[in-house]
Amino acid sequence: MFRDITIGQYYKTDSILHNLDPRVKIFATLVYVISIFTFHHFAGFVVAGLFFFAMVWLSKVPMKFLVRGLKPIVMLLVFTGILHLFFTSGDVVVQMGVLHITKQGIYKCVFVTLRLLLMMLGASLLTLTTTPNRLTDGLEKMLRPLNRLHVPVHELAMMMSIALRFIPILVEELDKIMKAQLARGADFEEGNIIKRLKNMMPILVPLFASAMRRANELAYAMDARCYHGGQGRTKMFPLHYESKDIAAYLIIVIYVVLLQVVCRIFAF
Amino acid sequence: MIRTEKVGFEYMRRDVDGEVVGITQALEDVSVKMEPGQFVAVLGANGSGKSTFAKHLSGLLVPGEGTVWVDGMDTREEDLQIPIRRTSGMVFQNPDNQMVASVVEEDVGFGPENIGVPSEEIWTRVEKSLKSVGMYEYRKASPNHLSGGQKQRVAIAGLLAMQPKCLVLDEPTAMLDPKGRKAVMDTAWELNRKENMTIVLITHYMEETVNADYIYVMNQGKVVLEGTPKQVFAQPKVLEQCKLQVPEITKIAAGLRDKGIPVPPDLLTEQELADWLVQWKASR
Repeated sequence: MFRDITIGQYYKTDSILHNLDPRVKIFATLVYVISIFTFHHFAGFVVAGLFFFAMVWLSKVPMKFLVRGLKPIVMLLVFTGILHLFFTSGDVVVQMGVLHITKQGIYKCVFVTLRLLLMMLGASLLTLTTTPNRLTDGLEKMLRPLNRLHVPVHELAMMMSIALRFIPILVEELDKIMKAQLARGADFEEGNIIKRLKNMMPILVPLFASAMRRANELAYAMDARCYHGGQGRTKMFPLHYESKDIAAYLIIVIYVVLLQVVCRIFAF
Repeated sequence: MIRTEKVGFEYMRRDVDGEVVGITQALEDVSVKMEPGQFVAVLGANGSGKSTFAKHLSGLLVPGEGTVWVDGMDTREEDLQIPIRRTSGMVFQNPDNQMVASVVEEDVGFGPENIGVPSEEIWTRVEKSLKSVGMYEYRKASPNHLSGGQKQRVAIAGLLAMQPKCLVLDEPTAMLDPKGRKAVMDTAWELNRKENMTIVLITHYMEETVNADYIYVMNQGKVVLEGTPKQVFAQPKVLEQCKLQVPEITKIAAGLRDKGIPVPPDLLTEQELADWLVQWKASR
């Protein structure tokens, strides 16, 4: 039941986007997500959408794969869409009892849904084209200036990559524990919320106990491999900007400028 | 290569307030000597202190009493911690809990990264060590998709990439199926024979120690028996007292002796026993 968790899922292939420096991709995703919220005209969606589809094409990730990742948030999209559709005041178009649909409501519904959609797709394109380790490498290097403020950047990045490594293992273990408890007659479906939460205890306690044991063993294993923090550490993938990365930065700038120009033209 | 002298170690059990409620003497007076290029086995049942002892051999634990020298370096010296761990690498029982990265080659590169090897050299080391454990074709795979034996070989490669002189394998096969067990043992032997790596194998399977150069048998934190496999296997009674599973051949030999057939106590394999019986019969 927990198998479909897709945090940090990576699509293995060889493309221009896959080979870009992770920092460019993190920066681009950030800029892109912000840019989606800067326009108030449909023309903006045309530009943002075209840019997105161009990137998907460059990434060689099948559209099917991207759409599948949207599954968990479909409910959220539908819910926010309906809320905006029915609860925006303005010029009434359709009246159904107490509910009414307004012109502004339709406009907002479409806008919010499209924005959330593009935002999620953009973010998942980042994780689909970047391995977790490259991602943490990129973040670590981008956030390095924070070291001056005594933020333990290296340690945080290390923790993140270890968490990503252990998510599938703990998920599998959770599955096993649940089955073991089910075999002993535990019931996770019946009763009210409080009863169900109580029934979760026999799952959580062994899961935590095992996570602690794993953490302890992993600490020994890391010690054995001479891990001693970020000092004097070299990288398997040292991050250097290449010409294609600089070109990518330029493309992002061009995209932002184009988006603003198009929206200004149509605003009149 | 590794020498210990009268090593003692205690675990303290504390209650919630940090008061000591009990002391477990995990090691007592353990003195061993392992020469370069040797394949040494440490045999012991669960709770015999062998895993605690293993952690002493690569400086992960520091002895409470006595001294451990790894390649001449005293493990109690803080400054020598990293050089000691580079010299003597350790593989643990659970293959899942010793992998850091989500891609095989990145995991193998973790050790060299930590000791500051330049990037290009990391890649050559990763390639070489993955090839020497026969896992090179899986370099891009996720550890989650490998079998236990394959993961354990990747773990060995992760240590080889740091170019140690000695490998301490702490029950590397305990969680594996027979096929994975064989693959890991073959890898260990190949490293020992081809690259002259010193191997210390900690185990409770007597079968795995048959070909070792020297065996230490531990029980309740002490070394109770030591010698070549032939010398050790000739004492099935002591081994059974240590709660070890004595191999069938050794048991059969002991049984035959009880029936009055003078089987020498140092036969280890089926073949040896069969050959001896044929000869013995012919000579009568």
